[in-house]
Amino acid sequence: MRLIANRLFLIFSTLAALIGLFFLGWILFTLCAKGLAGLSLQVFTHDLIEGGLRNVIVGQIIMSGVATVIGIPVGILAGVYLQEYGGDSKLTEFIRDLSDVMMSAPSIVVGTFVYAIVVIPTGHTSGWAGVLALFILMVPIIVRTTDDMLKLVPVELREAGIAIGASKYHVTMNIVIRYAKAGILTGILLAFARVVGETAPLLYTSGSSEFWSTDLTGTFPSLTVSIYNLATMPDEEMVQLGWTGAFLLTAMVLVINLIGRYASNDKRR
Amino acid sequence: MELIFKKLSQLSAGLLFVILAATTLVLYWSAKPAIEAFGVGFLIETRWGVEEPLVAAGGQLESSDELTGSDSTDGGDDDFIDDEDDFIMDDEDASDDTTREVYGALVPIVGTIFSTLIAMLFSIPIAMGIAVFLAEIASSSIAKPVGVAIELLASIPSIIYGMWGLFYFGPFIASIFGGNTVSLLVAGLVLAIMVIPFMAALSRDAISTVPDMLKESAYAMGATKLEVIKDVVFPYAKAGIIGSIILSFGRAMGETMAVAFVIGGIYQFAGKVTDPTNSIPVVLANSFAESSGLSLSVLFYLALVLFILSFIVIGVAKFYFLRRK
Amino acid sequence: MKFKKALALGVLSLTMGAAAHAAKVEGTGSSFAYPAYKAWSKAYYEDTGNQVNYSPTGSGSGIKEVSAGHVDFGGTDKPLKSKVLAKKGLVMFPTAIGAITFAYNVEGVSGMKLSEKAISGIMLGNIEYWDAAEIKADNASITLPHEKILFVHRSDKSGTTFAFTYYLSKMNKEWRKKIGAKKVVDWPSTNRIAGKGNFGVATAIKSNAFSIGYVDYADAKKNGLDMAIIENREQAFVKPTPGSFEAAATYADLDPKKDFYANIAYPPKGYPIVTATFALVPQLGENSKEVIKFFDYALTKKNSLIEKVGYVSLPAAVIKKIQGYWVEKGLK
Repeated sequence: MRLIANRLFLIFSTLAALIGLFFLGWILFTLCAKGLAGLSLQVFTHDLIEGGLRNVIVGQIIMSGVATVIGIPVGILAGVYLQEYGGDSKLTEFIRDLSDVMMSAPSIVVGTFVYAIVVIPTGHTSGWAGVLALFILMVPIIVRTTDDMLKLVPVELREAGIAIGASKYHVTMNIVIRYAKAGILTGILLAFARVVGETAPLLYTSGSSEFWSTDLTGTFPSLTVSIYNLATMPDEEMVQLGWTGAFLLTAMVLVINLIGRYASNDKRR
Repeated sequence: MELIFKKLSQLSAGLLFVILAATTLVLYWSAKPAIEAFGVGFLIETRWGVEEPLVAAGGQLESSDELTGSDSTDGGDDDFIDDEDDFIMDDEDASDDTTREVYGALVPIVGTIFSTLIAMLFSIPIAMGIAVFLAEIASSSIAKPVGVAIELLASIPSIIYGMWGLFYFGPFIASIFGGNTVSLLVAGLVLAIMVIPFMAALSRDAISTVPDMLKESAYAMGATKLEVIKDVVFPYAKAGIIGSIILSFGRAMGETMAVAFVIGGIYQFAGKVTDPTNSIPVVLANSFAESSGLSLSVLFYLALVLFILSFIVIGVAKFYFLRRK
Repeated sequence: MKFKKALALGVLSLTMGAAAHAAKVEGTGSSFAYPAYKAWSKAYYEDTGNQVNYSPTGSGSGIKEVSAGHVDFGGTDKPLKSKVLAKKGLVMFPTAIGAITFAYNVEGVSGMKLSEKAISGIMLGNIEYWDAAEIKADNASITLPHEKILFVHRSDKSGTTFAFTYYLSKMNKEWRKKIGAKKVVDWPSTNRIAGKGNFGVATAIKSNAFSIGYVDYADAKKNGLDMAIIENREQAFVKPTPGSFEAAATYADLDPKKDFYANIAYPPKGYPIVTATFALVPQLGENSKEVIKFFDYALTKKNSLIEKVGYVSLPAAVIKKIQGYWVEKGLK
C-alpha cells in the first residue's frame, strides 16, 4: 500500500512537471517561431519609425538601467539597516513587512501612483516617470535579497572584525558586504531582469516614442510599450515587429538571468 | 563616516515607508472625488458607467420628456451625444446635468479574486510537482538543466503570456471546454501558467534547504519517498513554500498584461467559468488614458482597492503562515 | 552572443543617432488614426528629418492632453464643437476618413445582408439567433444556423464605439433614446464579449464562432473577416469597400466656419458607418506651425499612403478648405 502510494505520488509529480513544461515549452516555441521570422540587422540599426527597434531597445535599457543605478544604493543600504543596525526591534520587522508588501504591490498600481505624482503635475509622460515607477518596483527586491544574503554572513566574521577594532562601517563594507557580494549581485541582476520586462507601469508613465531619444525629461522610447502597440496594429509588418521585439525582450531577460546565475555560481565554488 | 553611513541606511529604510505611505495617500487623494460620490457602496455596486437619473436634481420627468421630444429631428441635432469630453476643465457647465454616471467595483473585484483563485488551483499542484520532481526525483543530470530552464521561464515578460493566450491558448481552451476564447477560465489558466515557473523555482529552493541528513535518516528508517517528502521535507520547508505561493498569489492578482487580452473585459459577472468578465488591473489598463474628471478618479479608487486587497493578502498570509517558524 | 553583438551595434549607433537637430512634434490620441499618422510620420521623417511622434492613447486622452497643453496636437474621432474649441483655444480639422464594418464569423456564410431592422434588433438585444426572421428576410439564398448571436464590442473606452453608437443613434430612435452616442456603452445584448482595441475585437470575432462585432475596415480586412453588406439611408444594400466609403465621404458636411465639426455617419448615400478623424491643435502653441506643416505635407503629398492602411483620403475640395482654415487661423 505504502509503496503503491509512493509510486502514484512519483508519477503524479513527474506528470505535473511534464504538463507544466509542456505549456511553457509551447510559449517558448511560439515566441521563437514568430520572433525569429522577423529578426534582421535592420531591427538593430533603425529606429521604430523606420521599422526597426533600435531606439526602443536602448530606451528600455536606459530606463531600467537608471532605475537600477538609483535603486542599488537605496536597496542595499536599507538591507544593511535591517540586518546590521535595526536589530530585532519591532521597527525592523515592520520595515521588513513593508518591503515584502511593496514587493507584491501590483505593478499597474505603481504606474497609477507615478501617473498621479509625476505625469499629472509635469503635464506629460516622461522617461523619468518611467524610471521612478521601475525604481519603486525594484527597490524592495534588492532590499529583500540584501537582507537575506547578509543574514547568511556568519556572526563570527562580524565579531572578528569588531575584535580587531574596526568600526561598524568598516566591518559592514569590507567584511559583511564583501562576503555577501555574489548573492547581492545576483539579486540586483534578477531585480533588473524583473523590471526590464515590465509593461503595465510604463504604459501611462513613460509612454513610448518612435524616435531616438536620450532625453529622460520627455516621452521616452520603451520596448515593452511598443510591443503592446505594435502587436495590436492592423498591419502585418508591424505585428511581426512586435513579435520580434517580444523575442528580443525575452532573450535580453534570459541573458541577464544567465549572467546572474553564472555570477553566483562562480563565487560559490 | 560611520555616522553618515548609519544615517544613510536609516534613511533608505525610511524611504520604503515613505513610498508606501505616499502611494496610499496619493491614491486616496486622487480617488477622493469618487469616494465622496459613491462611498463604500462602490465596492458592492455592479454597474459601471451607467447613467441614472439624478433624483436630487428633480429633473426626472423633464429629462425624459426632452428626450422623446427631440426624436423627430434627425438632421444636425446631436443632443444624444455623451458630452463628457466637452466639459473637461470646466465643471460648472456639467452641473446642470440631470443624470449621473454610476460606477461600481464589484464585477472587477469578483473577477480579480476568481481569476486568481483559478490560477492558484492549477498552479499549486503543478508547481509543487515540478519542485518535488526537481529536488527529489530527477537525477541531477536532468534536474540541473530543467531547473535552469524553469528559472529562466520565470522571467519571461508577462505581456508575452498575454499574446500567447490570445492567439493560441484561448482558442485551445475554447475547443476543449466550449465557450468563448476569452473568458474567466482562460484568464485564470494563463495566470496559472505564468506563475508556475516562479512558484516552482522558489519552492524548489525552499525544498533544497532541507538538510540531507534529515532525509537520509528517514530513508534509513525505511520510509518511502512519499513519506520523506510528506513528513520531513514539507514540514521543514513549509515557510518557504507557503511564501512562494503567497508571492505568486500577489503577482497573479495584480497582473495586467497577461490578462488584458484574455479575460473578455466586460462588466458582467461570469455565470460559468467560460464566460467573460473583468478584473481590476484590466479595467485600469483599458480606461486609464481615456478617462478624466470623475471617471479618472473612479479608476484611482479602483487602484486603491486593488492595492489594499494585495496588502491584505500579503498581510494575512505573513501573519498566519510565516510567523510561526 | 548574438544579442551582445546586437547590443554593441546599438551602442555604436548611439553616437550616429544623435543626428542634426530637427523639429520635434508630440501628438497623442485616437488609436483609430494611429496607422495613418504613423505612415505619414514615417514618410515625413524620411523626407524632411522632422520628427512627429504620435502615441495611440485614445481620443479622450487626445482631447485631454492637448487641452492641457501637454502635447503639440491631439487626435480625436469625436469632434468638438466650436464653442468648446474656442474656450480651450484650439483649432480643429479633419485628417482622414475611416469606416467601421460589421464583421461576423458564421461558417459558410459570406456576403450576409443586414437591414436596418436587423441591425437594430441585434444591437438592442431583441434578435438573439442568427436564423431570426429579420435576418432571414434579406438572405433568402443563405441557410442561417439556429445559433445564438455573440456580440463583440470594445472593452476600452473608444472613439470607434462613439462613432458606431452615433450611427446607431441616427438610424434608430429607440437606441437614441435609450443609449445615445457614447465611448463606453452598457450594451443591451446579453450574449456578448469584449476585446481590447479594434485588434481585440477583430481577434475575438475571428476566434469565436457565431459572433458579430463592429470593427474598423483595416482590422477586419487584415484578419480576413466576413463583413456584412448593410442597408443605408436610401434603403440600398452597400458593401464595405473603399468606393462606397468615398461615396459616403462626399456627403460629409465639413465646414471651416464650424471648425469642421461634423459627425459624418449615416450620410444620404454610400456606406453608412463612416467617421472622420480630427486633429486638435492649440492656436497659439509654440509648435503649432510645425504641426500644420506636417499635416499640410501629409494631406497634399502623401494622402495615398493611408489608403493602404484602410482609410479614405479627404476629398480635394475639403483639403482646400482646410488650408484656407489654417491661413485664417494664422497657422500657415
